[in-house]
Amino acid sequence: MTARAREALAGYSFAAPTLLLLGVFVLLPLGGAMAISLQETNGFGEGTFVGLDNYRRLVQDPVFWRATVNTALYTVLVTPAAMAIGLGLALLLNSALPARGLLRSVLILPMAISGVATALMGVLIFDENSGFLTEAARVLGLPQIDWQTHGPAAFASVVIMTLWWRVGFNMLIYLAGLQGISHELHEAARLDGANSWQRLLHVTVPQLKPQSFFLVILNIIYSFQVFDIVFVMTGGGPERATTVLVTYAYDTGFVTRDQGYAAAIGVVLLAVTLVVTGLRWRAERRREETE
Amino acid sequence: MLLAAVVILFPLYWMAVVAFSSRSSLSGGGFRLWPEQTTLDNFRRVFDSFPVLTWFGNSLAIALVTSVIIVLVNLLAGYAFAHLRFPGSGVLLLVALSTLMLPVQVIMVGLFRLVTDLGLYGSYWAVILPTAASAFGVFLARQFILTIPRELIEAARIDGASHLQIFWRIVLPLSRPLIAVLFFMSMLQTWNDFAWPLIALRENALYTLPVGLLFLQGQFGPDFGATMAFALITVAPMVLVFLLAQRWFVQGFSRSGLR
Repeated sequence: MTARAREALAGYSFAAPTLLLLGVFVLLPLGGAMAISLQETNGFGEGTFVGLDNYRRLVQDPVFWRATVNTALYTVLVTPAAMAIGLGLALLLNSALPARGLLRSVLILPMAISGVATALMGVLIFDENSGFLTEAARVLGLPQIDWQTHGPAAFASVVIMTLWWRVGFNMLIYLAGLQGISHELHEAARLDGANSWQRLLHVTVPQLKPQSFFLVILNIIYSFQVFDIVFVMTGGGPERATTVLVTYAYDTGFVTRDQGYAAAIGVVLLAVTLVVTGLRWRAERRREETE
Repeated sequence: MLLAAVVILFPLYWMAVVAFSSRSSLSGGGFRLWPEQTTLDNFRRVFDSFPVLTWFGNSLAIALVTSVIIVLVNLLAGYAFAHLRFPGSGVLLLVALSTLMLPVQVIMVGLFRLVTDLGLYGSYWAVILPTAASAFGVFLARQFILTIPRELIEAARIDGASHLQIFWRIVLPLSRPLIAVLFFMSMLQTWNDFAWPLIALRENALYTLPVGLLFLQGQFGPDFGATMAFALITVAPMVLVFLLAQRWFVQGFSRSGLR
């Protein structure tokens, strides 16, 4: 065997375990999900082929549309907020500050905490009967907010807990980026008479473009997939006010066991993910070309 | 900045306060920022009613086995994609990386069916294998291993070392920081994973901690003391490890091609 053939053989065998795992446990079930989305089935035994019925049903399903709107709203609220707060904290942390290391540790701590535990802390804080905010409002004589029975308030509580959980990660990525920006650029801008706000806007933010791009994609993908926090904190309620696509798919597939329909929701979610990230990708490329 | 730190720490602190407060002081209402009397009653109640230690063991076993598999197979693949030439490697890498966009939630119905067909449903492997199928580590490993000088590998090859020997004697020892970061991230992710174990595990005795936590919340209902005591048990190990390990975790993160 030639050295070249040996190298190729080694390449295939070294890559094989990973490719096998991905093929069997990601690509195969993806194909499976697409096939199941054309069936009516409860998950046990053979399903019946129903063509595009599940998709037709989706279009007419008000809960599906509610879940779609909620997912979009969640994404639109969480992505910019997590990035802006993350950037703000990274800027503060990057400046001379006492106990920087300690503060950084505290801010990224939620990364180590599970979504379930985060959601339970959310329950502890937003519970209407004995939650921290309810008690605090009572003591301070502030008006009570119906965090659990009022739709928009429940939605807000989910967003707030998500930010609590996600901001540290955004900060960490920005912090890594900030440390790569050379001081000369800032000095040059300062000599040109730019104030600190202008320097932030025209020097720092453009320099952080790779990080921002990475975070936009990641936050969008994460938001489309949000599950633990909603599932545990609100269960999608009150009255579907916090139902998102994934919790709806879970309920449909594993509670009411309408798995064909659940698979169809998954396929739609995938399509939306691909379209949105694809568009974002193209916008990024175009911007790079014009610059 | 201090405000941000307080906002981050407060829910954790509050969880601990509730976990160490007696049941009567919690149900009595009223507002206080620290427990009236610290008590271990909540912890006792949780340990008496649920197989907490078994769940802890399940979580640890599943997280360890999954992480070892991830590190091993991703490093092998990372080396192949970084330094070995074989036809189709570009396309294969692209296919592998594109699965990053594909969350388990999208395929959960298909995966459930597959795992059932393979006879794995309800077993540890039903959780381990799909979780170990992760392309993020391949990306990380390839980026890192690319920084190992080609000359080093060429020299070993001229000395007659096989590809496996090169991997074992040169790539692995040089990849220690990568292994540490990848292993730690996999542990963290697997330990905290919820949606898939919830679907894949059927018996109470095989639950992982997050799944058990939800189960317990359903049983105890509004018993916040017990729920938070258990949440604290779930969260504490990873928080401790994270605090100890976060210095090189942060370094590894910023070194590994994210910029």
